[in-house]
Amino acid sequence: MLKSVVSLKRLMGAVLLGALAVLLTGCNIVTPDHPQSTFDTLGPVAANQLFIFWVIFWAGVVVFIAVEAALIYMVFKFKRRDDRDPAQTHGNTRLEITWTIVPVIVLIVAAVPTVLGIFYADAGRFVSADTKGQYLEIDTIGHQWWFEFRYPHPTNPGEQIAVANEIYIPIGEPVVFLLDSVDVIHSFWVPKLGGKVDMIPNNDNMLWYQADAPGEYYGQCVEFCGVSHANMRFKVVAVPREEFDAWLLYQANPAPEPSDALAAQGKKLFRDAGCSGCHADSSSVIKLREDGSRIPGRTGPILTHVASRLNHLGIYRNSDVDFEDASGSRQLYVNSAGIPTNLNTGRPFVNESMLQSNLKVWITDPEALKPGNLMSRDGEPYIDPANKLTEQEIDALVAYLMTLK
Amino acid sequence: MTTLAFPIPRPTHPTGIWNWITTIDHKKIGVLYGVTAFILFLSGGIEALLMRIQLAGPGQDIVSAEIFNQLFTMHGTTMIFLAIMPLSAAFFNFVIPLQVGARDVAFPRLNAFSYWTFLAGAIILKISWFTGGATNAGWFGYAPLTSVQQNPGTGIDYWIVSLQVLGIASLAASFNFLVTIINMRAPGMSFMRLPLFTWMTFITNILIVLAFPVITVALIELYFDRSFGMNFFNVARGGDPVLWQHLFWVFGHPEVYILILPAMGIVSEILPTFSKKPLFGYPAIVLAGAIIAFMGWMVWSHHMFTVGLGPIPITVFTITTMAIAVPTGIKVFNWMGTMWGGAMDFKTPMLYAVGFVAMFTIGGISGVMHSMASSDAQQQDTYFIVAHIHYVLFGGAIFAIFAGIFYWFPKITGRMYNETLGKINFWVTFVGFNIAFFPQHFLGLDGMPRRIYTYDSAMGWDFWNGVSTFGAIVLAIGVLIFMHNIVKSWRKGEIAGDDPWDGRTLEWSIPSPPPEYNFEEIPTVYDRDDWWARKRREVRRAVPVAGGSGEDEEHHDIHLPQPSYWPLVVAIGIFIGGIGLIYPVGTYAISIVGVLIGMIAVYAWSFEPVNDPEDGEQAAH
Repeated sequence: MLKSVVSLKRLMGAVLLGALAVLLTGCNIVTPDHPQSTFDTLGPVAANQLFIFWVIFWAGVVVFIAVEAALIYMVFKFKRRDDRDPAQTHGNTRLEITWTIVPVIVLIVAAVPTVLGIFYADAGRFVSADTKGQYLEIDTIGHQWWFEFRYPHPTNPGEQIAVANEIYIPIGEPVVFLLDSVDVIHSFWVPKLGGKVDMIPNNDNMLWYQADAPGEYYGQCVEFCGVSHANMRFKVVAVPREEFDAWLLYQANPAPEPSDALAAQGKKLFRDAGCSGCHADSSSVIKLREDGSRIPGRTGPILTHVASRLNHLGIYRNSDVDFEDASGSRQLYVNSAGIPTNLNTGRPFVNESMLQSNLKVWITDPEALKPGNLMSRDGEPYIDPANKLTEQEIDALVAYLMTLK
Repeated sequence: MTTLAFPIPRPTHPTGIWNWITTIDHKKIGVLYGVTAFILFLSGGIEALLMRIQLAGPGQDIVSAEIFNQLFTMHGTTMIFLAIMPLSAAFFNFVIPLQVGARDVAFPRLNAFSYWTFLAGAIILKISWFTGGATNAGWFGYAPLTSVQQNPGTGIDYWIVSLQVLGIASLAASFNFLVTIINMRAPGMSFMRLPLFTWMTFITNILIVLAFPVITVALIELYFDRSFGMNFFNVARGGDPVLWQHLFWVFGHPEVYILILPAMGIVSEILPTFSKKPLFGYPAIVLAGAIIAFMGWMVWSHHMFTVGLGPIPITVFTITTMAIAVPTGIKVFNWMGTMWGGAMDFKTPMLYAVGFVAMFTIGGISGVMHSMASSDAQQQDTYFIVAHIHYVLFGGAIFAIFAGIFYWFPKITGRMYNETLGKINFWVTFVGFNIAFFPQHFLGLDGMPRRIYTYDSAMGWDFWNGVSTFGAIVLAIGVLIFMHNIVKSWRKGEIAGDDPWDGRTLEWSIPSPPPEYNFEEIPTVYDRDDWWARKRREVRRAVPVAGGSGEDEEHHDIHLPQPSYWPLVVAIGIFIGGIGLIYPVGTYAISIVGVLIGMIAVYAWSFEPVNDPEDGEQAAH
């Protein structure tokens, strides 16, 4: 009996050590290389929040080991061995006061960085009367199930530049996201840049992020928002300020006129089939109201420069090259014309054939990629069999969209 | 109408199905609650398994997005309202009158009414799977996703009506137990001699009485928005969806304690019994439970840390939430103090109770992590939270409920469960639970949001999702072993005897299963663990202290209330009335029928005759 207890102890010890080893090596647990890992902080907000996480994590580990070790010890030490009653203790005032006071002290210590962190993450100080206008403010609008972003026009104060599902931000400076929603509650989150804030209709929310290094960061809606909640994603591309400026100016340009016949057919179809009812395709510029307030854009994502985006729907890659290679050196930069460019080849970063295939898959059956989306629910070609797009028409639309660089 | 009610005699079915339908015996109602809630627990488990299978790998298409959303909404609603709460209610019913030394609850027919109304609410929720789609907006039902514009189907209406009906059942039961505990205690059973489970039941029922009206108001507002075009939450007309969140969580956070406090009570019974030691720091544990319940009202906005309340409210709710860790910690440490130096016998209930302390501690630690709003901004609405709630609600509440089922099984059935199977059951459940839910901490910190029906391989979430699904299957096997053990032992288990655990509280002083009248003679209580003290001849005081009621000089006659049809009929009326709210054909014609049935039944209930009054009193001696 005693022997089996000892061997059980050894076994438990080995299991505990093994578990600890797995934890410490961090393989598959702390995984900063994953795209939405909260352990790979690339901005000060995320870094601050991770620091607070570690503070309470290690305090928690101490409590965890103390409680669980004591439990395991007692399980072996205080087993029933005979019928006698053990000593009948009813309590111990000094002990009980101790284990009330000690957690209070631990919590007070942990509360200090937490409260500082709450105020640090608050974006209010970047949009106060003193600081208004010093920082980039991006209107961020949630739709089922995509993100709309509006930048202030760099030269015309009365206008905004709209993009969808993929944004560029300058590195090394705070960027304020003014959060709103047109339908239900969404939540805006880029884990590597910081924590989330909800996007609530009729409530003005905001948050700030700062990217310290160039990179492509993943974002995702984290408040359940309906059928395709899982597919409501976006990307943030962080580049140096001058590249960002070039990109933004380029986005303000109108779309070029298609030159070949197929694309021209596609452009006509874009109007005839009803696409243009919801999607803007000629200009990304939207005027502000007289009082400076935002006016709603069209129902669907703006497509004026859809062919310049690195990702389709903010999810599917339009490029076979990563933002950085395995050694961490940049593969993407925005050239002076504002085009995302492959640093090695000097050619556009977007891979034409991947873009083409992504667009075609989407237009052919949007329901498969985003169940419940408005286009397959209300779009004329998808609900009326008589107006269903032919293969050739889809090719024409894709050819047209590919000219929207 | 009176002529309709009076000629119907009170039912007298000693056995059989009609006996179960008309019973007002708290023990039988407890069994009804338990069996019904366990079946519903299985349905919630199947919903969970389907989700885990969908998420076992990236990009799977086993269920559609829409079905997945219904699954997680129904899973949450089922487990909270139809599984954990009624399983706790099963113990309230069976155990409380026995522990306080009473012959039944204060209002036996109301008790039957609570059960049948709970069943009506459960049926309303569950049939929505077959009536064109269940609710799909999450168990929290955030506006405006629940609006008729967003959600034109009947799923949300079923959900609203079901929760309202369940609310009626819960409130009726709560008042019943509060009155029972306040008024029906045996002579000498002062509050500070109450068994801990009774104490936690008392506190839980206060919470229910105070919390359910809030969700009732919120649901009525939502129903009015959907059915009558009102604009409480309609953003297009200036309604505020954050109002819903405040109302929901003012209810929802106390609800969390409604789920966990009875579990804490069960564990506080089992640890002393199997350690052969009194509860360590009884007053501190009682006080900690009361403080948790009180502070549970001051922390609701920690569910809303990312709603944009502003830094000052967030700071306030961070601090109140952190503070609630202190009384919770007191409980954990006192349980350990109870075990320390004890003579622990690791029977299945004890394994589950110790497992509860171990797992609840993990859930408590992650809970403190969430209380810190700034780091919580990275965890909110991710799988880290999913892991946390399952550590407190499965590793916590369900472990304690399993412990309680094994602990009171011999008292309920008179038979002993199979100890070997029980131990296997515990270890399979324990291991499966940890494999299923511990990796979800990693997934959450790796950025996986909750409530997504699919994910792609590039996110790096494949491995731990696969592990988690594997764990869920192991867990399901554990539950199957449990069912096998219970069903088999109920029919053929060994005769257990009256007091197999050397118990401490009054329920162990009477035969197993207890006779209909519970106590031949209402006991007089002289000690906190009165039955234990009586067995050890350690009664310290010769006279009972003030408190409790009992039946003073006349306790030789046992008066038992008789069975009744009417609680069931009222519940049927409520069921029909509820269905009529979902399908308002002919200006709520169905509801009117339901209300009429209910009113007639209440009237009949009020004037129900006693059959042959002489039979109602049996001589005990």
